[in-house]
Amino acid sequence: MSENGLSKERLTWMYTQMARIREFEERVKRTFEEHPGVIRGHTHLADGAEASIVGALAALGPDDQLTATYRGHGYPIALGTDTKAMMAEIYGKETGICRGYGGSMHFVDVGRGFLGTSGIVGQGIPHAAGAAWGAQIRGKGQVVLSFFGDGASKQGAFHETLNIASLWKLPVVFVMENNNYQAYTRVEQEDANAAAGEPLAVKAKAYSMPGVTVDGGDPVAVHDVVHAAVERARSGDGPTLVESLVYRLSAHGNIIAPPGVPLHYPEHEAIHVFGNVEEYEAAKRGDPVPRFRARLVTDGVLTVEEADAIAEAAQQEMQAAVEFGLASPFPAPEKAVEFVYA
Amino acid sequence: MAREIPYIQAIGEAVHQEMARDETVIYFGQNLGLTEDDPYVKAFGGDRVRVTPISETAEIGMAVGAAFAGFRPVVQLYMAEFMLVAMDQVVNEAPRFYGMSGGEVRVPLVLQAGYGFTAGWAGQHTGTIYGMFMGVPGLKVVVPSTPADAKGLMTASIRDDNPVVFFHNYLMTLEHGDVPEGEHVVPLGEAVVRREGSDVTIVGIGWTVGKALAAAEQLAADGIEAEVVDPRTLAPLDVATIVHSVEKTGRLVVVDQATRHASAAAVIAAEVASEGFSALKAPIGLVTALDATIPYSQPMEEYLMPSEERIVAAVQQAVGSSPVAA
Repeated sequence: MSENGLSKERLTWMYTQMARIREFEERVKRTFEEHPGVIRGHTHLADGAEASIVGALAALGPDDQLTATYRGHGYPIALGTDTKAMMAEIYGKETGICRGYGGSMHFVDVGRGFLGTSGIVGQGIPHAAGAAWGAQIRGKGQVVLSFFGDGASKQGAFHETLNIASLWKLPVVFVMENNNYQAYTRVEQEDANAAAGEPLAVKAKAYSMPGVTVDGGDPVAVHDVVHAAVERARSGDGPTLVESLVYRLSAHGNIIAPPGVPLHYPEHEAIHVFGNVEEYEAAKRGDPVPRFRARLVTDGVLTVEEADAIAEAAQQEMQAAVEFGLASPFPAPEKAVEFVYA
Repeated sequence: MAREIPYIQAIGEAVHQEMARDETVIYFGQNLGLTEDDPYVKAFGGDRVRVTPISETAEIGMAVGAAFAGFRPVVQLYMAEFMLVAMDQVVNEAPRFYGMSGGEVRVPLVLQAGYGFTAGWAGQHTGTIYGMFMGVPGLKVVVPSTPADAKGLMTASIRDDNPVVFFHNYLMTLEHGDVPEGEHVVPLGEAVVRREGSDVTIVGIGWTVGKALAAAEQLAADGIEAEVVDPRTLAPLDVATIVHSVEKTGRLVVVDQATRHASAAAVIAAEVASEGFSALKAPIGLVTALDATIPYSQPMEEYLMPSEERIVAAVQQAVGSSPVAA
């Protein structure tokens, strides 16, 4: 059984990663309620974007690379980064993937091609292009994916970088996850293309590169579009802008509050800012994780038992990640000055 | 073997030699490498030498990404102020990843930025702005004051595993000096004593090192022996060498082309006040540019700038002051 040339094994891998990302994010969110004070600062979740993340990463080869944003938990999970170390990082522990220096917003796993995540909107886009320039010089056919949100496409960094990437035909694919909200602001309130009723992918036209809009809730569709873009980049024809339409199912982030105020996840902006309950409920009904599961079961790729086993394994894995994170020690305070200069 | 070449040529020579030595060194920026005859393009090819649009955020951001990917980018920015349109990349991206990743990610890159062009460039192209960067943890800041140091410090900057802002002074562009022909490395973070003396320490920075040395000669004629210290690197700052000199002389005048409250001089004065207070026999003198937008017209521009006369006056005041401690 296959879909669009993807083997049963590959489709099962895709669903497994989606289930793992969802479970990880659920456990991060639950931590705010179950273990108050354990997570500090600002944490951003990828629930709702699993299909887009996994579909895009499924198009990469083993030597390809990526950069992403502060909403960056999903990518390393799919790449195979240890979820125990990831949860420990969010909990500020010395066993974290960044030893407690980075927290939720700055995951990195260079060995798996995950080069780094900037917490500043849009600023990671030139980092991806720089890595792609390196790949072009090396000439070994590597491609770099640059993940960012719709809000980032109003940054100068986006426009400057798309121009150079197209001009130099860099092997980079720009994957814009358009979740319709720039933090709390609706995209029509801040994007000229959206206000005019056009897809954001039309921005590609200004830089003479293909711009494609895809249903980010369908991992196979995302895979196909990103795969074509990756192959175009690999063959030396330059970058593509992929607009992947997703709907994040959690709020932009946990509430922003001074010390002493317990942090929690508010309701999605559609509800708590705009009072649009139906928009949010519709998005929930279209939730890509159960949607893909149902499709694979219907198509005979997975049995119900197999799908249940995948979900069960994800729950166990993330339970272990939470326990590991909670049990891990904090870094010694004096370690704070260890990594000033390399 | 050394021979006399200009300051700017010494910098280019270091870049060229390092590109020949290490194929991961790449060089890019605006208006460079435009033809096949360009000496860098000729030697290293159009892949490693590339002209960019006027897009500093992308240029510096791509340098960060190329560094992620194992390269050692040198970004030719021409004027230091052009970094200001890409401040996030300089201050909040390049120097942050090593720390944020717990040592996992290194970002070796060099931003070549000319500063201090107080030659009629008016308000927006004359700034001595290294003070904005020397307090950024993870960023190294280099300010060469001689052609030989310009070469040696650029070599060290390219080989360093951290982001380095290499501030070269535009007024010194054509100043000649002895520069070693082959490999020449001046370690980052090490100050040098340019002139020995026992009565007062004068710290000069970049262009003002020459001013300090000239003032020291004037003072010597009056029997005052000044020791001139050149930090060469502002971050990390070699506080120990400066304090050691002050312990010997008991007096300190810091000379800086930067406007006073954004100057490196203010930081150096604070460090000496903190670390070497007991050695001080007089208040620390600051000879800096005055806190104003640099005017176009020459008499006004000169009025703001530190001069030999102002250095001499500050030293005479320091030497003539009553001791604060017996």
